Amino acid sequence: MATKSLKAQKSELSNTQRQLEILSNGIFQNGKLPTFRQKLKEHSLPQIQPQKLSILQINVGYMCNQVCAHCHVDAGPDRKEMMTRTTMEECLTVMETNQIETVDLTGGAPEMHPEFRWFVTQIRQRTSVNEIIVRSNLTIIMANKKYHDLPDFFAENEVHVISSLPFYKRGKTDRQRGTGVFDQSIEALQKLNRVGYGKTNEQLKLDLVYNPSGAFLPGDQMAMENDFKKVLMEDFGIEFNQLFSITNLPISRFLDYLIASENYEEYMHALVEAFNPIAAENVMCTNTLSVSWEGYLFDCDFNQMLELKVASEHSHIRDFNAEALEQREIQLSQHCYGCTAGAGSSCQGSIA
Amino acid sequence: MKKEYYNPEDLKKFSSITEWNKELGEKFFDYYSSVFKEGHLTAREKSLIALAVSHVVHCPYCIDAYTKDGLQRGIEKEEMMEAVHVGAAIKSGAVLVHGVQMMNRHDQLSM
Repeated sequence: MATKSLKAQKSELSNTQRQLEILSNGIFQNGKLPTFRQKLKEHSLPQIQPQKLSILQINVGYMCNQVCAHCHVDAGPDRKEMMTRTTMEECLTVMETNQIETVDLTGGAPEMHPEFRWFVTQIRQRTSVNEIIVRSNLTIIMANKKYHDLPDFFAENEVHVISSLPFYKRGKTDRQRGTGVFDQSIEALQKLNRVGYGKTNEQLKLDLVYNPSGAFLPGDQMAMENDFKKVLMEDFGIEFNQLFSITNLPISRFLDYLIASENYEEYMHALVEAFNPIAAENVMCTNTLSVSWEGYLFDCDFNQMLELKVASEHSHIRDFNAEALEQREIQLSQHCYGCTAGAGSSCQGSIA
Repeated sequence: MKKEYYNPEDLKKFSSITEWNKELGEKFFDYYSSVFKEGHLTAREKSLIALAVSHVVHCPYCIDAYTKDGLQRGIEKEEMMEAVHVGAAIKSGAVLVHGVQMMNRHDQLSM
């Protein structure tokens, strides 16, 4: 398993332009498969339009204690990009002056940001944001003594914790996320349970994210949730609220894996074949904006990683203008098929 | 005409069989999708049965489809292999049980 990001390896695929070329050439250029725009037309669907913004997803930096094989961020210990306090202040101003229902903090491992706790408490104290989500990789809680009290911090601030756990068995989890990740994740989940997470308290929600460990699409979310709940309870006494089933999008490290394992064409074919027009109407970019560590705005975290900024003059958080941004055209490419396949996929799981 | 009898690309064209006989083709696909719905057996159990049968009937298309289906359902490789052994055991048992016919015939013909 790789221990360095694609960027540190100076891989061809760390170049986002190259990724976009791959996603537009070959099978999508020779007509073997329709492009995402063509597919929308085939189904008489209009261009995807933003609606009222309710979720601000803030990526505070790409540093992470893990180097997961499927990571669309290409995160890892060698990534030093980090949001400044000035940009965090600009985000807080937007939260104070606009009706933002949910702030979704992601990374990397957002908890590794030195201003992480300050930022969370400021959101709670200064804004009327209803829900703060932290996307935690779980192992960070066990990684260093200074993170051991994160479950208490999360509980004090009523943070909604959404954690990745690729599978309820050690083998598949460790193959995707690194040796030892499963055991540490289990320990972290038990710690979260001990402070009240994942039980009946509505303020202490603990959801898990499942994503396939290979070149195949996720199965039915509810069936997977039942399997996860049964095994995690029986084997480890762990409780959680919901399981979100997320499709791996063909960008960054997962694209690298697809190409290296000669699964790219077959995977794209599976995504296109599973196109679901109902999912296309509910994609997350209709109500979410993604903010990068530098403060730029994107239609989603995937577009952020492809460096496809919002098509608007207001493309930085300091120039935020909700009305103008609602009029923008969402940037599409063939990776968007990942959000519309089967039951659809978003940062909140299935959408159809 | 391609030289191989089996082409993985043909699996994607399976639904095209309805083009030459719409009524029977559609009846088959309706029946097929009903069979695999959750019932007294779970869809997961049905997927494992389908994987075992795929091996017994030597269908590379079906093995491809139900290995992927199993992965999507979170079925583990150990479960898949056990299912294949169930199919193999029945297949080899079916061969071996004919040995009794051989024994009967042998004894009938022998002094």
